[in-house]
Parts: sequence; structure tokens; C-alpha cells
Amino acid sequence: MPPRSIRWKSRAFDAAILVAPVIVSGFFLWLLADLLFQGSVYFWPSDSSAIQLSAIVDMLQHIVMFLTAEPEKAGREGGVGPILVSTGLILAVCMSVALPLGLGTAMLLSEFVSEASRFGRAVRRSLDILAGVPSIVFGLFGNAFFCQWLGLQFSILAGGLTLACMVLPLLVRAAEEGFRAVPQSQRHTAAALGFSRSSLVLRIILPQAAPGILAGLILGIGRALAETAALIFTSGYVDRMPQSLLDSGRAISVHIYDLSMNVPGGNSPAYASALVLVVLLVVLNFAAWWLVSRFLPRRSLS
Amino acid sequence: MIICPMNETPPTPSAPDLAVEQLSIRYGKHTAVHEVTWHVEPGQIAAVIGPSGCGKSSFLTSLNRLTDLVPRCEVTGHIRVGELDVRAPQTDVIHLRRQVGMIFQRPNPFPTSVFHNLALPLREHGMRDKREIESLAESTLRDVGLWEEVKDRLHRSALLLSGGQQQRLCLARALVLRPAVLLLDEPCSALDPLSAGVVEELIGRLKRCYTIVIVTHNLAQAQRLADQVALFWTTEQGGQLIEQGPAESLFAAPQHELTAAYLAGRVG
Repeated sequence: MPPRSIRWKSRAFDAAILVAPVIVSGFFLWLLADLLFQGSVYFWPSDSSAIQLSAIVDMLQHIVMFLTAEPEKAGREGGVGPILVSTGLILAVCMSVALPLGLGTAMLLSEFVSEASRFGRAVRRSLDILAGVPSIVFGLFGNAFFCQWLGLQFSILAGGLTLACMVLPLLVRAAEEGFRAVPQSQRHTAAALGFSRSSLVLRIILPQAAPGILAGLILGIGRALAETAALIFTSGYVDRMPQSLLDSGRAISVHIYDLSMNVPGGNSPAYASALVLVVLLVVLNFAAWWLVSRFLPRRSLS
Repeated sequence: MIICPMNETPPTPSAPDLAVEQLSIRYGKHTAVHEVTWHVEPGQIAAVIGPSGCGKSSFLTSLNRLTDLVPRCEVTGHIRVGELDVRAPQTDVIHLRRQVGMIFQRPNPFPTSVFHNLALPLREHGMRDKREIESLAESTLRDVGLWEEVKDRLHRSALLLSGGQQQRLCLARALVLRPAVLLLDEPCSALDPLSAGVVEELIGRLKRCYTIVIVTHNLAQAQRLADQVALFWTTEQGGQLIEQGPAESLFAAPQHELTAAYLAGRVG
């Protein structure tokens, strides 16, 4: 039996270690519960207090209406249909530009440039700086470069491209880590089997790096969906249904910001929109996992 | 190249000889291998023995130019595999590596299914016909004695196999490309004794169909398998070949005093 003082120290240490995660997950659960409660209050029919079948049907109808209808009275009434469409388009533009660029850069950094080379270090350093730039700066840059200099005006295209610049560093660093995590022996084995460099990278390294790439992708999507500052100046806040990528479109986080800051009585629909945003994030995360596990060779080690 | 159907009598040996002249390998300022000259007869098993760090593995990886992948590694001298001048600038390294297969110390199957481990290299070298790939995969798995063990789980992960099975799969993955030469870098040393025995017996059966160079720490294994043996030793200049010859005479009557001491377990 160790002396009393040591036992107490060890118990205090255990307790201290437990407290931190409890606090962190406590805040998360509080936030989630608040969002769920306030969000569903918005959808719950006001004339019904007891839980009845008809009330649930009413609520489902209200949710469907909210997801499809145009906003009315600055968003106090109506729904978020056009806003979801704009958000989806902005995200699609962002990812279809950032993903190939990011994967290519990561591949270059990990497979074709030695880790200590001056070029590799310069690229990595600039990506790190880019990752630390506040999003409002990206917004101003996007406005000056895409909207004005390239003449795209306030548009979904300009917003998506600005977001692509923002998520690029996240994607590249995560994908590069993924590539580097593939053991060197796999490269030697493939080379010894006469694989060309390109098929070594595409057939052997890329599938094994997929979890890292996926992590980067999810981080990137999360950051893109949550972005407000960079989008206000680039994709604008027109809440009509966009007709093309050159139309202005309001992203959902911009919508939430607008409702809660600028619209009196907008708190309740803001909560409802935030709930939609969180559900969207969760769905996208699961979809990404599903895609990877479905289309890549099965790995037993993880 | 025709594979030896291992259960039948071998056809006329088509394995090439292997000649190394004045081969030196340097990593920056460090000399790993110093002026090695050696000749391996066609269809024989040649064992490279010696203490750790004497340049055995460097020597082996220079034979299929895997040393190209190591930054700051510099190779000088001549290497010839049959008619092929390995280090000549016009030599296609992919063609070379298809001729000269390699097995590493740790079994390292690709983290995909058993079947894909064989199909990937075949597809890489231009085979598209699914039936042909399947039949080649099956016959090669039979050759390494793995077919009965894996035929029901061809499409499950290769990483679920035991160490010995993984190493035989790696051997099959090299053999499926029909090489003429096999380089084995301590192929049994990471395996348990039983699996090591199975792999060793398999290597013994590959003799005459392939020219085999095997690096091993295990003197008894070298004695059981090899036709020719070379002893590498670290001298002031770097790793050098200090004695070579037919296995029987080298083990029975070593000429160099270091060889005698090493074989007796007094040094190294």
C-alpha cells in the first residue's frame, strides 16, 4: 500500500483528468440540446400543447415547408429553400476547385518533393500562413479579386472560389499527412514490382491515404458551411432562388447571422436554420464516410 | 519467361546468370559496398551472408536499381542480368524490375484483398482480361502452396493472413509477373519457425527455374539452400566481399580467416 499522500495525489490527478472532457462534452451537449429544443419549438404547432399524432403531422409539414419555401418578411416567415440551394451550389463550386488543387498539391509535396527541400518548405510555410488568415480578409480579397477585378460581381461563383482559397490549406495539410502516413515499404514494394511512379501514387498510395484526405475534406466542408464573413462580401445576401452560378445567393450561415443580428423577431427562425445547418453537417459527414468505405478497397487495419 | 510448374519436372532452365563487377555503393560520404565482384550461375541459389551493416541489403537493392529511390545514393560499377545491362542509361527500369522480383524482410502485402494483391501488378503491366488474371492468380497461389488456404477468402483483406501466409502471398505477387531472377532480403527472419520452414522449403523448390540471390543471417539456412555463398564484411573501405565460392567448400573449408571465425561463431 503506497503512503496516504501519494494515494491522494494520484486520485486528485485522475479527477483532474476526468474534469476536462466532462466540461468539454458538457458544453457541446448543452449547445446541441439548446439548438434542438429551440429549433423544434419553432416547428411545433402553436395551438397544440400535448403530444398528439396530428401535432406531429403538422410539425413534419412545417419542416418540409421550411426546407422548400422562399423566405418571407426578411426570413421571419416562410422557409430556407433558396438559401439551401445557394449553400449547396457555393459548396459544390468550392469543393470542385479545392479538392483537385489540394490533392495535387499534397501529392506533389509528399511524393515528388523531398521533405527538406526549399521549395517544399516554402509551399508548406505559405499554406500555414494562409490557414491562419482571418476569414474577413479572405472576404475582402475575394471581393476585390473575384467580384471586381475578374468582374464576377456578387455571385455564387465568386463566393465558392473565395471559400476554395480558404479551405485549400486545410485540405492540403490533411491530405499530405495522409500520404506521408503510408509506410515507405509500400513504395519500395510497388517500385520493385515495376509500378510506374504515377500508378504507384494513384493505385497504391492514394487509396491508403484516403482516411487522411477524408478528414481534410470533412474539416473543409465544416469550415465552408460555417463561413459568414468571407461570403457576405462575395456571394452576397440575396435570398431569392438563384438562376445561375453568376447570381448572388445567400448561404445558410449568412442567413442565420442576418436573422439574429438584423431582423427583429428573427431569433426563432434563426434557431430553426441553425438546426438545419447542424443536421446538414452531420449528414455530409456520414455521406463522406459512406462514400469512402463503399468505393475504396477494404482495409482491415485501422 | 515461363514459370516452373513446380509439381512437374522443370523445363529447360531459362534463368539468366548474374554478373557484378567492381560494384560500389555510397550514401553521401558513407561507403556501404566497396568494389564487389561476383558471378552467379543461372538457376542457382546464391546466398549473401555476413554481420549486420556489412552492405548485404544495399548490394541486393542495387541489383534491381531500387537504390535509385534512395536520395544521395550513388552506385558505380557494372551489373549484368543475362543480356541486360542493369545500370545502362537506355535500360528501362520498369522492364528490369519486372525481370528481377524482390521479397523483403517484413511481409508487406498491399492493404487490399488477397486477389487484388496479385491483380494489381498484372493490371499495371497491361493485362486486362479478367479471366486470364483470375487463372494466373490461381495457378500462382497454387505454386506457393497458398491456394487451399485462401481460396475461400480471396476477396478478404490480405492483412488477415498469418505472417507466413503473407510472406508466401508476397512471393506469389512477385512470381505472378514471371520474373527470371528473385532477390530475397532475409525472407524468413520476421517469421515464426514453422512458417519460416514452409517459406524456406518453397524457396528451395524455386531453384533452377529462377536465379535467386538471398540475403540471410541464418547460416544454417544458407547451408541448406545455397549453391554459392558470398561473405560480406565491413572493412575500413566499407562493406566488402571477402570470400565467395560453392557452398559446400566454403562451409567445409573456408580460406579466409575471418570466414572461418564467422562460421564458427567467434566473430560477427
